Amino acid sequence: MGNTINNNNIALHIEDLSIAYTKDKYAVKGINADIYKNTITAIMGPSGCGKSTLLRAINRMHELYPEIKVTGNILMKDQNIFKINAMEVRQKIGMVFQRPNPFPSMSIYENVLAGYSLNGIKLKKEEKDRIVQEVLEDVGLWEEVKDTLHKKRTALSGGQQQRLCIARSIAMKPDILLLDEPTSALDPISTSKIEELLMKLKDKFTIVIVTHNMSQAARISEYSMFMYLGDLIEYDLTKKMFTNPNDKRTEQYLTGKFG
Amino acid sequence: MMNKMKYRRYKDKAFLYLMFLITIIAITPLASIIFELVAKGFNQLNISFFTEVAPTTLDSMLAKSTGNPVKGGIANGIVGTLQIVGIASLMAIPLGGFVGIYLAENPNKKFSTLVSFSTDLLAGIPSIVYGIIAYAWIVIKITDGYSGFAGSVALSIMMLPLVIRSTEESIKMIPASLKEASLALGTSYRKTILRVILPSAMSGLFTGILLSISRVIGETAPLILTALGSQVINLDITKPTSAIPLLIWEFYNDPYLINMIWSSSLFLMLLVLIFNISAKQISKRWAIQ
Repeated sequence: MGNTINNNNIALHIEDLSIAYTKDKYAVKGINADIYKNTITAIMGPSGCGKSTLLRAINRMHELYPEIKVTGNILMKDQNIFKINAMEVRQKIGMVFQRPNPFPSMSIYENVLAGYSLNGIKLKKEEKDRIVQEVLEDVGLWEEVKDTLHKKRTALSGGQQQRLCIARSIAMKPDILLLDEPTSALDPISTSKIEELLMKLKDKFTIVIVTHNMSQAARISEYSMFMYLGDLIEYDLTKKMFTNPNDKRTEQYLTGKFG
Repeated sequence: MMNKMKYRRYKDKAFLYLMFLITIIAITPLASIIFELVAKGFNQLNISFFTEVAPTTLDSMLAKSTGNPVKGGIANGIVGTLQIVGIASLMAIPLGGFVGIYLAENPNKKFSTLVSFSTDLLAGIPSIVYGIIAYAWIVIKITDGYSGFAGSVALSIMMLPLVIRSTEESIKMIPASLKEASLALGTSYRKTILRVILPSAMSGLFTGILLSISRVIGETAPLILTALGSQVINLDITKPTSAIPLLIWEFYNDPYLINMIWSSSLFLMLLVLIFNISAKQISKRWAIQ
């Protein structure tokens, strides 16, 4: 395949990607995969299989820990993300974390626009208002918070906080949205709201979600990866994988035999 | 069996009363100090106490002989304290703040361990030593004589370890997830620290700053060797400057001014109290869950 992506449907081209925490101790081993545009791709696998590590490498969050070594390439629109500025990469590839982490010193309004203000991007007042309303409507939070937009430290539920975090990420209009077990700290109702939201958002963004919840992957994703001990065991259409997996380990995991 | 249980209950009761009694004994001196300061100092806390400079021995001798209350206040001390402590804070807070951030951000570096250790060492040095150091470095070499600035330097070095530790602790309290959230938006490290981490740690930072100020505001020993004192309100930081604790020391050395000790001490105590209460309030009000 070389260094260019020919297929227009591909958002990310992952090429021989390995990630090691300490020398010779690999958390992710030589992964090759294409992530398709405007789809939801779920990464599944038992704890410690390297799924979060893989996800975090996609927007280079692993660089917070200098001991982590990455080899291989990830191409986005013909650009190797490891060769361009990490800050630029992160503006194009947003990330939502396991625990909702809105900025406590900012109001809801400021939180949504944090990506702009923290990156020194100046916007006009009308533009700000428009983005905030649009994005909060997208995540289904507008009706709930429109009267407390400028209040600091409003008490939001965990689910609302997580939707605010998603709003904060998509306000930057990234190409790709990464989610690291975004519902594992939430109750079932909030979880289903976030799932509905993600299915809606895939029209605008390419979504990659790490989940340890198999039924969640089945509900929302078109493609699924199954990882085990750092290897990508299987990567296929979710329907295919859940009905007729190729690998025995995938089948065992999906049927609850381990993990 | 029954008797044994009863006996145990008595022992428990006795223990409870004993703790109560010891608590009373422990707080008695504290309460007596406050009582004494208020009783002896309160009637001197009038407007002239805040607006006039400290009386001289001659003034008070005259006042005593005519039976009038001693005129004068501690305005020179209040202004001097504000000035000396203010400048000390301007030096210690940014410096200590950055060191604290560095320590919190790089906990595992060898250099951090060294800085951390020096900070602890610095905190253990008796305050008079800071005075001697500032005397040698500033009074002799820079201001060529006693000066308010030398006092500020002594106090600011005293404040440093307190500011460093409190900044470090408050930054460490901020969950790593906030830093990740900010960096994941493409924010630079510098802006992440300045615009996300610091504002989130604000309550802790302010509490630490207020407590460090209240810690040095009553320091006397280092000021005797540096700021020396002044009969007038002096705004030139290169000249000898008065301060509230210095005035208390001067009043003590002058048998005619004994009354002023109590009011000045009372005022100083109230000042420290205000700082401490504000610190508590801020940490409660601004706390981020």
